[in-house]
Amino acid sequence: MKYLPLVWKNLWRRKIRTTFTLLSIFVAFLLFGLLMTIRMAFTFGVDIAGADRLVLIHKVSLIMPLPVSYEPRLQTVPGVELATHNTWFGAYYQDPSNFFANIAVDPVPFLKIYPEYKLPPDQMKAWLEDRQGVIVGKDLAERFGWKLGQRVPLTATIWQPKAGGQTWEFNIRGIYDGGDGVDKTQFFFRYDYLDENRRGGQGLVGWYIVKIADPAKAVALSHTFDEMFANSSAETKTTTEKGFVEGFAKQMGDIGAIMIAILTAVLFTMLLIAASTMAQSVRERTNELAVLKTLGFSGGLILTLVLAESLFIGLVGGGLGLGLAWLVVQGGDPTGGMLPIFVLPSRDVALGVGLMVLMGFLAGIMPAVGAMQLRITDALRRN
Amino acid sequence: MRWLRQTLAMMALNLRTIPQRLSSSAVAIVGIAGVVVVFISVLSIAAGFSAAMRQSGSPQRALVMRSGADSEMTSGLGGPEADIIKQAPGIRRDGQTPLVSVELYVIIDLPKKSSPDSPANVPMRGIEPTAMKVREEVSVTQGRMLQFGTNEVIVGRGASVQFANLELGNTIVSGQNRWQVVGIFEADGGVAESEIWCDSRVLQGAYRRGNSYQSVLARLDSSDSLKAFTDWLTSNPAVNVMVRRENEYYAGQSRALTSLIQVVGYGIAALMGIGAIFGAILTMYTAVATRAREIATLRALGFNTGSVLVSVLGESLALGLIGGVLGGAAAYFAFNGYQTSTMNFQTFSQVAFAFRVTPELLVTGIVYALIMGLVGGLFPAIRAATLPIPSALREL
Repeated sequence: MKYLPLVWKNLWRRKIRTTFTLLSIFVAFLLFGLLMTIRMAFTFGVDIAGADRLVLIHKVSLIMPLPVSYEPRLQTVPGVELATHNTWFGAYYQDPSNFFANIAVDPVPFLKIYPEYKLPPDQMKAWLEDRQGVIVGKDLAERFGWKLGQRVPLTATIWQPKAGGQTWEFNIRGIYDGGDGVDKTQFFFRYDYLDENRRGGQGLVGWYIVKIADPAKAVALSHTFDEMFANSSAETKTTTEKGFVEGFAKQMGDIGAIMIAILTAVLFTMLLIAASTMAQSVRERTNELAVLKTLGFSGGLILTLVLAESLFIGLVGGGLGLGLAWLVVQGGDPTGGMLPIFVLPSRDVALGVGLMVLMGFLAGIMPAVGAMQLRITDALRRN
Repeated sequence: MRWLRQTLAMMALNLRTIPQRLSSSAVAIVGIAGVVVVFISVLSIAAGFSAAMRQSGSPQRALVMRSGADSEMTSGLGGPEADIIKQAPGIRRDGQTPLVSVELYVIIDLPKKSSPDSPANVPMRGIEPTAMKVREEVSVTQGRMLQFGTNEVIVGRGASVQFANLELGNTIVSGQNRWQVVGIFEADGGVAESEIWCDSRVLQGAYRRGNSYQSVLARLDSSDSLKAFTDWLTSNPAVNVMVRRENEYYAGQSRALTSLIQVVGYGIAALMGIGAIFGAILTMYTAVATRAREIATLRALGFNTGSVLVSVLGESLALGLIGGVLGGAAAYFAFNGYQTSTMNFQTFSQVAFAFRVTPELLVTGIVYALIMGLVGGLFPAIRAATLPIPSALREL
C-alpha cells in the first residue's frame, strides 16, 4: 500500500501518453458495452424464454393459422399446465413505420403463462371488464405518450374490421412492466374483440403457447402434440420457446458472429496500443528501475509495481468506458422500436471487468518481467 | 523553393527511418487498418442488402395491393378484384393478353444450410404463366420452366445456395405438400432470387386460400402510364387497392434495415476511429520523442519549423495510407461476395444477398484512414516543430 504514491507518480510522468492510453481503452470498452447490448437485442430475449413453455405453430409456416379448437384438446394432455393462443395482428399506429408487436390474446391464461409481464391487479380487472381494452408495455406507452384510459386507433394491415374502413379502436386499460430483458414494447389486446369484429377468419388463431409441468418432458410432449394433429388440415410443429426464439434470431443471419468478430478486432487493436505504450514507458525508465533495485527493491516488488500501473490503466479506462455504455443504454433504444430489448446484461458487465483485468495484465506482464529480470549493472551502463 | 526542398528532405528522412521504429509504427498501422476493416465490412452488408433490393424493382412495373397493406405479405385481393385490375388502362399488352401476373406471396419453413436445425421463413410466390413476360430480367438458367397445373417449382439462385434441399431435382416436403424442383432461375441479383416460384392456383389449394390472391404485378405501357393506371384503379369503387411503382416498393422495404446497419456501422467506425487516432497520436509522439535530438539538430542547422511540422504530418499520413490500404484489401478479400441471408421484417421473410465491398466504400475507407493519420499526427507535429532546441539537444 505504501507504494501507491510511487505507482501514481510513475503513471503521470508522461501525462499525455497516459491520458491517451486511458482514452483508447475507454473507447474500447465503451464499444464493448454497446456491441454487447446490440448483440443481446438481436437475440430477441432468448435468455428469458421459458424452458417450460412450448410453442406450437402450423407445420408449413408461422403465417398459416391454426383452429381455435386445438386449445381444449391441448389442455387435456397429461403434463400440460396451461395452454393458450396468440394471434399476430400487424396493425400500426398513425404511420406504417411505427412498428411494434400487437397481438390478440386471451387475457387470463396469457398473464398466467407469462408471469414476467407485471400488471397491477386493478388494471387487470379493468382489462377484463372492457372488451376493447388493451395492455401495453411501459416503453411503448412512453414512446407514444399513451396514458391509462386513452383511446387509441390502430390501422389494420391484415385483419379488416367488419364495420368497414381500416381502423380498430382500443382503450388503454393497463401498462405492464418487467425486469431486464423483458420486451416492454408490446401491445396485447383481447382475442374475443378481434374475432367478433374481423371480416373473415373467424375461429382462427396464430400460434399456441403451452406451459408444461416438467421441462424435462418437453421433447416427448412436443411429439405427442404433433402426432395429435398429424394428418389433419392444420398439422403442427412444436418447439420449446427458447428454441423458437433462437430460430427466429438465427433468421437475422450472422449478426452475432459479426459482432464478436468486430469486438475481437477492437480489443486486439486496443491491447496492442496499450501494450506497446506500457513497454515504451518501462523501457524509458530502465535507469530508474536499476536505481530502485540498487536501493533494495526486490524483483517481485518491481514486477508488482509495473503490473499495478497497467492494471490501473486497464480498470480505470475500461471502467469509465463500460460505465458510459451503461448510461447510454439506460436512455433506451435509439432506433425507435427496431430493437425492443435494449439492455446491457449484467453477465456481459462481469465479462467486461474480467477482460479489463486480463488486458491490464497482458499489457503489463512483458515489460514487468523484463524489469524484474533487469541486471543492475547492465541497466546502469546502458546509457 | 528552399522551404519545399527542406520539407522533402525531412520527409524522406522520416520515411526512411520508419523501419527503425517498426514496432511502434506497426501499432499505428494495425490500429488504423483494424478500423478500416470493420468500417468497410459493416457497410458492405448494407451495400449488399440495398443493392439486392434496388435491383429488384423496375420503374416499368406497378405493384397493386389492398389499400392499407404495408407489404405483399399482409395484402389480400379477391379473384374478382384481380380480374378487374387486369382491365385497367396503361398496361402493356402482348396481342390480346395484358402483361399482368396475379400472385400469392407466402412463407414456407425450410432450414438454412448454415443452421440445419432451425427453420427460416423462405418466401414462396405463386405466379401466372404471364409472370415471365412481366419480368423480362428473369430467366431459367438450369433445368426448365415449371409446368402450370402441377406441383413443380423453380427456385431462385440465392435461395438455392442459402437454404437446404433446394437443388435441381429435389423434392421439398412441407406439411402435406410436395414440391418438385425443376429449375433454377436468375433475376439480375434481385430479391426474386431468394424466392421459390410455383403456380398460383396450386398454391391457393396448398395454403387454403380459396380464390384469393395477394398482389398484382403489371407491366406498364411506359413508365409514364402509372398515373392513368393508378387513377383508374383508385377511382373504381369495385376495388379497394393501392398502387406502387415496383422499384419504389422495394426501395422502401430496404430502408429500415439499411439505415439500421449504416447507423451501427458508422457509429462503430467513428468510436473505433477515435481509439485508432489515440493510437496514432501515441505512435507519433513516440516517434517525435525518440528523435527529439535529431529534430532539434536539424532545426539548429536552419531547417524551419514549417518543414518539420509538415514532415511529421507526412509520416503520419503515410502510416494512415498504409493502414487504409491494408484494411481495405483485407475487407475486400474477406468479405466481398460473402453470401448470406437475413430477415426482411416488412415481409417477414428471408432475403439472400452478398456483401458488396464497392469502390466507393474502399475510397471512403482510405480517406477515413488518412483523416485518422492526419489528426493523429497533428499534435505531435506541433510539438516537434516547437520543441525548445537547447533542452531537446540535451535529451537522451
